[in-house]
Amino acid sequence: MRAPTASCGLSAGSGARPECRLEGDWTLRALAPRADEFRRLLARAGQGASWKLDGVTRLDSFGATLLWHAWREQWPEDLSADDELRAVIGRIAATAAEPLPEARAFTLTDAIVVLGAALLGFANHLAGFVRLAGQLCLDIAYLLRHPGDWPLREISANFYKVGAKATPVAALVGFLIGVVLSYLSALQLRAFGADIYIVNILGLGIVRELGPVLVSVLVAGRSGSAMTAQLGVMRVTEELDALSAMGISRTVRLVLPKVVALTVAMPLLVLWTSAVALFGGMVSAWVQLDLGFGFFLDTLPRVVPVANLYIGLAKGAVFGLSIALVACHFGLRVRPNTESLSTNTTASVVSAITVVILIDAVFAIATRSIGVPG
Amino acid sequence: MSDAPVIELRGIVTRFGSNLVHDGIDLSVARGEVVALVGGSGSGKTTLLRHMIGLTRPARGEVSLFGEPLFSGSLREQRARRRRFGVLFQHGALFSALNVAENIGFPLRELHVVTPKEIRDLVALKLAMVELEPSTALLMPAELSGGMVKRVALARALALEPELLLLDEPTAGLDPDRSAAFVELVRSLQAQLELTVVLVTHDIDTLAALSSKVAILAERRILSYASQEKTMELDHPFVASFFRGEFGRRAIARSRGKT
Repeated sequence: MRAPTASCGLSAGSGARPECRLEGDWTLRALAPRADEFRRLLARAGQGASWKLDGVTRLDSFGATLLWHAWREQWPEDLSADDELRAVIGRIAATAAEPLPEARAFTLTDAIVVLGAALLGFANHLAGFVRLAGQLCLDIAYLLRHPGDWPLREISANFYKVGAKATPVAALVGFLIGVVLSYLSALQLRAFGADIYIVNILGLGIVRELGPVLVSVLVAGRSGSAMTAQLGVMRVTEELDALSAMGISRTVRLVLPKVVALTVAMPLLVLWTSAVALFGGMVSAWVQLDLGFGFFLDTLPRVVPVANLYIGLAKGAVFGLSIALVACHFGLRVRPNTESLSTNTTASVVSAITVVILIDAVFAIATRSIGVPG
Repeated sequence: MSDAPVIELRGIVTRFGSNLVHDGIDLSVARGEVVALVGGSGSGKTTLLRHMIGLTRPARGEVSLFGEPLFSGSLREQRARRRRFGVLFQHGALFSALNVAENIGFPLRELHVVTPKEIRDLVALKLAMVELEPSTALLMPAELSGGMVKRVALARALALEPELLLLDEPTAGLDPDRSAAFVELVRSLQAQLELTVVLVTHDIDTLAALSSKVAILAERRILSYASQEKTMELDHPFVASFFRGEFGRRAIARSRGKT
């Protein structure tokens, strides 16, 4: 590789015209370290100079572009170069003459269109969601009449994936939350000498509210995102189309097993997580307040009506159903590119958590007179 | 520039678990050659190509590009070395979130020395080089046909003015017409840009039309490395079925007739 050089200046022989003499390899690799310097030097000389390119050993399209721009896209009057170099520059000249179409600039009208599209998009999401839910109902009606077609293996596999494999992390999070909640409550309760109310607080709080919501957030992040990504990648790799071509319903084979598995698995996960969280609370209460395990377990059923457990489990089932539906809805909307995959996976998790919290609020209002003292 | 071989493989051994894929491969590709790497399914052609690019490292042996070991020198030197070759992946590997023009301009933008206006002109030139209309510039990869994907991917591989071009199954998935046109395109670009080309292929038409030398990968090593004519005369079951089968004879006759 020969280093590129350029020397521009007034030479005695050529009258008033400055002369630019280029030598060496004018290639991207050779020019890259000093591209700015050459760009300025050539631009200063401009198209009017006398150009001597005879010393150039190699010229690639980047070098040619540099020259062509320095010449303000016109051939200089005084150019000394062999045919090969002229051909390379000529190619750039030919394509630069008909520029690529520009992406349209963003205008005020576009802003209004974007806003409108977002609103219509929301309506579109709603319609798509209702359609998916309706299709599932039809599928279930069909499967009730043809019990042999239930995708039992898929349901079982999904159940294992979203349920059984989530138990360790659910237990860890539940235990720690139980410990922290109990510790903080104990500090306050001791000030009032109301130590034994720790059982009421932990029991009601965890069984009715914290357990289901905690598990939902965990599952939405863990399994919801996985479901969306899986369906999305199946779209990208045309597996969804392959299924359709074989006449296999994607809702029966892909969506239904996920929805059923998560609806069944969530109450169990809620039960498991609540139990571990209560255990964590119990340990903390024992350490902080010297409250024995036996006393705790004895008091719990008396102060927390069993209705709370049913509410917690029902919430779990409904949350599971909605997380799976939302995840599948977004998964099926993925278009075959990576950007769409990431957008939809993000939207899936955010929407699932939002929906869960909205439903939780509805539950809180609907069950306000059930299972609470007073 | 030195006359060191563009690619030099010495004693390459590759293992996947207990499966020995390459057992002592030596290969050297000189400047300006077009080498076709052929071999049966699972003979490790693509793996060998990935060794050359540095995507995988052999268990033993050394890969040298442009006379220097592939992984020698500082990070900066290694990056500079990687910019001297372009790769056309089997499925194009276009960035699906970027449009055609952005895909081709991407490597140039990453250099941080080329101005946006220069990038625009260079992208237009590369598009013209691979014989695509300027109007394709704004299309997304998902909107392209198989042949167009290959062309855009080739344009992107050429963006950094490489000296070496590696093609992985350049004509797989194209119909015979498009495949012939694509081969013609690669050949004219090779002559115009004085490229060294290494291609992995199954397609005997591609091989016959493009390659100056053929390397046959069989029995875990390079069985032969010679010109097309010499390779044809080789007495080996793979060569017999690959070249002297019905298809092979016809393809070679076709390409002889053309040139």
